[in-house]
Order: sequence, then C-alpha cells, then structure tokens
Amino acid sequence: MLLWLRAMHRAVFITLLLSTVALPLMSLTGGAELHAKDLEKISFIPQWEPQAQFAGYYVAYEKGLYKAQGLEVTMLRGGPGKPSAGMLAGGGADFATMFLSTGIQERARGAPLINIAQVMRRSGFLLITRKSSGIDTPRDMEGKKIGLWGAELRLQPTAFLKKYDVHVKIVPQCYTINLFLRGGVDIASAMLYNEYHTVLNAGVNPEDLVVFSLADYGINFPEDGLYCLEKTYKQNPATCCRFVLASLQGWKYAFEHPEEALDIVMKYVNEANIATNRQHQKWMLDHMRELIYPSDTITPAGELSESDYTAVARELKAGGLIDGIPSFSDFFVNCVRADEK
Amino acid sequence: MKNRGLAFKLVALILSGTAAVFLTAFSYYYRCSEKSVMANVEKNTRNLAHSTVHEIETVLMGVEKPARNFATLLSMGRQETDDVARYTECISSSNPEIFGTAISFEPYAMDRQSYYFLDYCYREADGRLARTRLGSDSYDYFTLDWYQIPKVLDRATWSEPYFDEGGGNIMMATFSVPFYREMDGTREFQGIICVDISLLWLKNIVSALKVYQTGHAFLISRNGTFITHPYSSLIMGHTVFSVAEGSGDDSLRRIGQDMIRGGEGLVALEGNPLSRARAWMYYAPMSSTGWSLAIVIPEDELYSDIRRLGRQVILIGLGGLLLMSVLIVVIANRITKPLRSLACSTVDIARGNLDTELPGIRTGDEIGRLTASFASMRVALKEYITNLTETTAAKEKYESELKIARSIQMSFLPKRFPPIAEKGNFEIFARLEPAREIGGDLYDFSLLDDDHIFFAVGDVSDKGIPAALFMAVVKTLMKGIAEAGMEPSEILKKTNVELCRDNDSMMFVTVFCGVLDLKTGSLRYSNAGHDPPIIIRRDRGTEWLAVPDGLVLGAMEESDYETKEIELRPGDKILVYTDGVTEAMSPGKELYSEVRLMEAVKSSSSDSAEKLTLEIMDAVVEFASGAPQSDDITVLALTFGSPKGPLVAQ
Repeated sequence: MLLWLRAMHRAVFITLLLSTVALPLMSLTGGAELHAKDLEKISFIPQWEPQAQFAGYYVAYEKGLYKAQGLEVTMLRGGPGKPSAGMLAGGGADFATMFLSTGIQERARGAPLINIAQVMRRSGFLLITRKSSGIDTPRDMEGKKIGLWGAELRLQPTAFLKKYDVHVKIVPQCYTINLFLRGGVDIASAMLYNEYHTVLNAGVNPEDLVVFSLADYGINFPEDGLYCLEKTYKQNPATCCRFVLASLQGWKYAFEHPEEALDIVMKYVNEANIATNRQHQKWMLDHMRELIYPSDTITPAGELSESDYTAVARELKAGGLIDGIPSFSDFFVNCVRADEK
Repeated sequence: MKNRGLAFKLVALILSGTAAVFLTAFSYYYRCSEKSVMANVEKNTRNLAHSTVHEIETVLMGVEKPARNFATLLSMGRQETDDVARYTECISSSNPEIFGTAISFEPYAMDRQSYYFLDYCYREADGRLARTRLGSDSYDYFTLDWYQIPKVLDRATWSEPYFDEGGGNIMMATFSVPFYREMDGTREFQGIICVDISLLWLKNIVSALKVYQTGHAFLISRNGTFITHPYSSLIMGHTVFSVAEGSGDDSLRRIGQDMIRGGEGLVALEGNPLSRARAWMYYAPMSSTGWSLAIVIPEDELYSDIRRLGRQVILIGLGGLLLMSVLIVVIANRITKPLRSLACSTVDIARGNLDTELPGIRTGDEIGRLTASFASMRVALKEYITNLTETTAAKEKYESELKIARSIQMSFLPKRFPPIAEKGNFEIFARLEPAREIGGDLYDFSLLDDDHIFFAVGDVSDKGIPAALFMAVVKTLMKGIAEAGMEPSEILKKTNVELCRDNDSMMFVTVFCGVLDLKTGSLRYSNAGHDPPIIIRRDRGTEWLAVPDGLVLGAMEESDYETKEIELRPGDKILVYTDGVTEAMSPGKELYSEVRLMEAVKSSSSDSAEKLTLEIMDAVVEFASGAPQSDDITVLALTFGSPKGPLVAQ
C-alpha cells in the first residue's frame, strides 16, 4: 500500500523540480539559431512507467538518433500521478505520449496541445474473459461483471458494449489485472501488449480465454501519439518534426534490432525497479509492431487518419466527455508529410 | 567363434552368461534402490514442505488475527474516528512484525462529510510509529487491489507481494479484511482493514531451509510470481510462467499451473532455468495466501550414494568376471590339452603319416576312449593301405600284360592294303577299332592267286585273353586252309572241323568269308552265323546281301556250309562289319542298329573303299559320342574294278 503513497509524493516533487528548471532552459534555446555543436535541449515523458511500449523513444535516445537531429533530450520517467497532459501543460515536459482519446479530450477542454505524430495506428484494446464463463459473443456479456479502466479509457469498451446493446455491471479496474485473476470479474480490460500477457504469465492458457479485440469489431481508438503544446510547435516547428522523425527512426531501429532494443528497455526498467521481466517486455515489443505498423493501414507511420480522429471524437462526445469536437486541422500537425516535402 | 578354440568358447559363453545374470541382478537392485530413495525423498520433502508451510502460516495467522478481530469489532457497532485511529496504532504497536495498519471506509461511510477516509499507522525508518490520513482524488484507493479485491470477493485476502519503493525496497504483502454493518437485516459493506507485513523474514525462513547439500526451496505467489528464490533476479520480476516461456518449457508451465491451483506433489524438472541439471521438486500449497512452496533437489545428489555404491558393485563384478575368466582359461586348458595333442597327431595322420605316435592313453574318459579309437583306426588304416598297395601293383602288372597281348593280337591282322595300282581292278580296306578290353574281332584278306582274293571278317564270342587266343587260332587256321580253287564254304567247313577238335573251352566264332574273281567279278561267299554284309551297286542300289544259313564255327563238328555267288560289276562294293557297329551305344543307351548303318552307307558318296570305311567308323564314333565302347568295331570294304573304269568287266 505504501508503494502508492510514496510514488505519489515523488511525482509531485519531480513535477515541481522540472517546472522550475526545464522551462527556462527551453525558452532560452527555443527561437535561437543553432550552431552545429549546440544541441537543442528538450524533455520528453512517456505516459507510463518504463516498458517496451516506449521502446522506440528509449532506443532513439540511446542510439543517438535524437542527437543526430540536433536534439538533447531529457528522458523523464512517467508513471501514475504524472499524467502527460498535466506535464505538458505545467511545463514539466516539452513532449509527451498520450492516447488519442486523451489528447482529444484535453484539447476539447481547452488545453493548448497538438498531436504531432500518431505513432500507434491500431488499438491494442482487448476485452478478455475465461472460456468457463460461457461468453463467446459480445451479446453473451449481458448482465456480466466487467472490469473497466477509468476516464477516457472507458470510452472504447463502452462504445463496443453500446454497439452490441449489452448491459453490464461495471467494476472499476485499476493498475492490476488481479481482480480478474481472482475471479472477481467475468470480463476484464486488457491491452494486447501488456495485461493480456500478464494473464498468460499468471498461468492462464490462451486457449482458456476468449478475447475480443475491439479494433476487430470496428471500434478502433488508436493509442499512443506524440504531443506538445501548440506554443512549442509554433516557436520551432522544425524541432518538433525532427523529434518526430528521430522517434520514428527509433521505432524502426527497435523492430530491426529487437534484442538490442530489449537490452535498452530493460536498462530503464531496472533503473525504475519495475517488477517485470524480459519475456514480458519482449512480448510487448513484438506486439507493438502490429499496432504501430498495422498490415491493414496504408497511411505512413506517424500520420493520424482523419476518419480515426473523427470516430474517436464522436464517441467522446457521445459519451459526454467532450462538448465539442476540435477541428482536425487544429489538432494534428503532419510532420511526416511535411518531412516528405 | 566357429573357428575359435574350445577354451575361448568356454570363456565367452560362461562369461557372457554370468555377466547377463550379474547385470540383471544389478539393474534390479539399482532400480529398487532408486525407488526407495525416491520414496524417502518424497517423504522427507513432503514433511519439510509441510512443516515450513506451517511455520510460515503461523506467522501469517498471527498477523491475520488482529485484523480479523478489528473487523469483527467494527461490524458490531459504529466507532468514533479517534477510536478507530487508536486501534490501528494499537495493532501496529503490539505486533512488531506488522509494518503498517490501515482502516479505510467506503465513501461517506465513516464521515458523512468526507468522500475518502483512510487512516494509516506505519513504522518510520527508525522504528517509531507514525500516522497519516490518506485518500484524495489523486489517491483514489477504492480501485486498488488491497481494497477492491476483498470487497468484490467478499472475503479476506492476501495481496500479491509488492516492493515498497519508499521504505528501502522491502518486499511487502498486505492482508485485507472487509467489514460490514447490519442495516435493516441486510449486511452492508463498510470498508477494509489491512495490515502490511514485510516479507524479509519469509526469505530468511525459506533460504534457511536445509535441503540435502545442494537443494533449495522457493516460494511463489498466487500469480506464480517468485517471492523467494536463490536467484534473486527472479524475485518479483518473474513468474514461473515467464521462466517457462523464456525457456520454452511447457512442462514447467503445467507444473506452475498445478502449483497455483493448490496442487501438491513430487515432479521431475528437466534442465531449465530453475534447475540447470535434472532435479526433483516437491511443492505444497499455502492455503491462507494461495502461495506455493517448492523444494528442489538435484537428482545427482539424491542418487549420489547409490550411484557410488553402484559403481563399486560394478567394479567388484568386473573384477570377479576377470578372475573367473582366468580360472576358466586354466581349467579349459587342462581339459583340452590332451585333445589338442590328439588334434596335432591326427593332423599328421590325416596327411598320411600313419607312423605318427598318438599320445599315451592315461584316462578312461571320453578323451581316452577317443585316443584309443584313433589308435586302432591308425592300425587298420595302415593294414588297409599295405593291402591296397599290393593289389594295385598286381593290377598294374596284369594290365600291362594285357596291353602287350593286345598289341600282339593286332599284329596278326594285315596292315598293308594292296593298292589299286597293283592289280588295277580292286581296292580293299579294313579298320578294327579295339574296345578297351581285349576282344575277339578279326579280319583277313589275301590273294589266293593272281585273279582271286580271299577275304573274311569274324567275331569270336566272349572277350578277354581266351577270345584273343581263339581269334589267333581262327585266323591262322583260315589262312592255312584257304588256297586257290577252294569254295568259301569249304574253307569254313575245314576251319570248323579244326576248331571243334579239342575245343574244351566251348568257344565259337562267326565268320563271313568270300572269294572274288577279279576277272569276272564273280563273288562266291559263305557265312557262319555272321551279320549279313551290305552290297553297294554302282547303278542298281544298295541292299543287304542274302547270306546262306550256317552255324557258327567251333560249335558242331558236323556243321555244313553253303557257298553263294553274285555277280559284281566294276564299281560295286561290299561292306562287311561286326556287331560292334550295329550294337554301338549312344550315351542315351540307344543302339546304332542296322537301319542307321544302311542309311549311313546309302548317304555316302565315296567311291573309295578306304573313304567309305572311315566314314562309317566316323559315323559310329559320332553316334557313340564318348560313350564307352563295349565291343571291337570292325569294318571291311571291298571295291571291285576301278571305280572310274567302265561298268562292264574286262
């Protein structure tokens, strides 16, 4: 229990520290002409604790891809209590990753942030259930207990449940999947690259599970994208796009050299003393590939498709989480396309 | 093996038999020992596992009890905020193993003004107790495992172990008890009481377990996560299943599934990250927490004693076999020594050296009797060979005499055939092919005067020396009797009378003889029991010559013979032969017969008597094609007049 307590305290401390130190630094370098040797100092925070979900960024940093783009990146450690949007807004970080749904929500609420790359283009959101619970189709979920994450993470499964017109008993699901493992809920939310593998590695066989991949049911909320404040982009669009470029190069390198990428991820994991293992991170990296470079998508990596954007925004609005849909052109800056020109 | 000595065979057979018996007994013993070792191991590890589980659970129960009591107390009635706080402090202070105690309420359940209520009493780094009030929008405890799981499951639960980041990275676990309030007959969930304990002591207990020399124990949580393990890198970061996944070991995954299901038992672990070499693992469940304790013992160590003993037994066995083989060789040598010397001697005997001395007979056993038999065989063989040598010498002498007799006999026959040129109006040619045995064929011819030629062919009954002598007599008599102007029948009659006189041996001879008038071509002839000759006319066909009846010579003194006459024209031929021709046998036991002879003669186109004779001889030899010749073969041919001359006699 104390874990959560202490983590909380530290997050607050780091936030404070960064807002006092990083911001002035950035504004100093922001608009100035750069010498060849002078690197632009920027900071980046992933939306969660170190894991292979962010392998591309760690790899870009460790392999000097950011430096090659003239960027000196401070890699911040994400985690509970350090929401990306808050970190951006408070000036704790220049760049952050965020779920698309979170990004839209923040934008609709008036946060001046923009999406500069949609890295994951397919949703890894799964609803999983044990075969023994007798749920084979979405309609079988009627009246069952379902574990759902909070806030915007609840929208995607809610849209799914609404599509099939089923009514369920919602039990809030938080950081672990233990409630599902103990039989406290019939259905649990799980990310393909994370909780699903945790369940398998708690001794549950894949053949004993029924998995509903929401993207397969037409409910595709693409997840991690790269965000920064509108202000940051306006001051120096080239920096932002160089950051995007280097990050995508990092992902490419990570998929081409998975063992090396894992070594890097494990270094961050061990520094953060996260209870995980290489097998889990390997699984995560393997499955990130399907979500970052889905076989059924033709848009180039990093590009946000307007139809995905509209679908997610509509669900957010229908769910009452946003009042109006922000304009797509305000929300997304296409660094990839700009780069192509 | 087949060609090896007896000693070798004995050693091979006895040793392989003994070795087979020894190996069977040894492997049976070894199996049984292994089984009993395993039975012992299972018993020991089970006891050890159970006592350790009991020890751990005693501590956990000690922690569970105050929390459960508190929950009971809270369910009995509403408590004031201060009382609650004091109680949490009391639990922490009176239970040193408890790191912290918390009481948390459902929204507004404790304080109608407050959504969150969480009072936490914990131990500072220096050991002093401190208290804090938690619960806020940023610490929304309602969805945390320690609160939500016991609430949803409606029972007290132990959390998965976790690392307490702030408190010096100590591994902790939390026990949570839900408490309720009776409201209008329904039980309503109020909140959760929980106690945190450090799991350091757990590590000490488990790693202190002495499991043989190199064995170890480990503990896994309900999710299969390692709580303790000698490899500290596994702790918390890995589950049994991630290890199984990493090493692709499905059996380990199944074992892990049984462990977290609360199963118990002894299993074999093939080389995997948990036990580099093959090992045995006993696991037993910890029912209060759902954890599982496992004891791992490398197989090498389990079996080291019986393996050492096994090696010694094998060595002793091998030594015994070696000793035995030496003994067998010695014994076998003693038994086979006389046999071997007998074998050496008999090799000499077999080579024909019958004077070789056999070893002395010392015993009455099989070998003694065998030697005696060999000795008498040697004597018998020697006698037999002596006899054989004598007989052979006698036979050789006889055969050589016979050969001489034969050549003498042949020298009686006329060798020189008068050529046509001499008289110009006849040609005669004869050939006698003697059989291997001495036989009794004869032929003869001579000019009685300028115009008459006498010729005869005979065949003495019987074979051998008597026949040869009789033939000589017949030939000499006929030669002496025949003179110009005599009828052939007269020659035969006179010869017969001479032969019958004092013919005690009762031998006889068939004879055909004739006298040809070289001027007129008149052939007068007579026959004494001989096969009829063939007359070959130059322009009137070939036929058997009609011969007068007449008894063989030497049978009856009173026999009378008749002379017949035919007219020959120049170029006509007469062919006289003995039954050696017609009775020549083919390898298929078929006779040459008169029919074949006639055909051979008819198909011959030879003008000359010599050529005709040789053709007939060749035909017979060809027919016999190597079959042994049993009788003399004689052919005589006489041509009247010059074959190319005019058809009319001069």
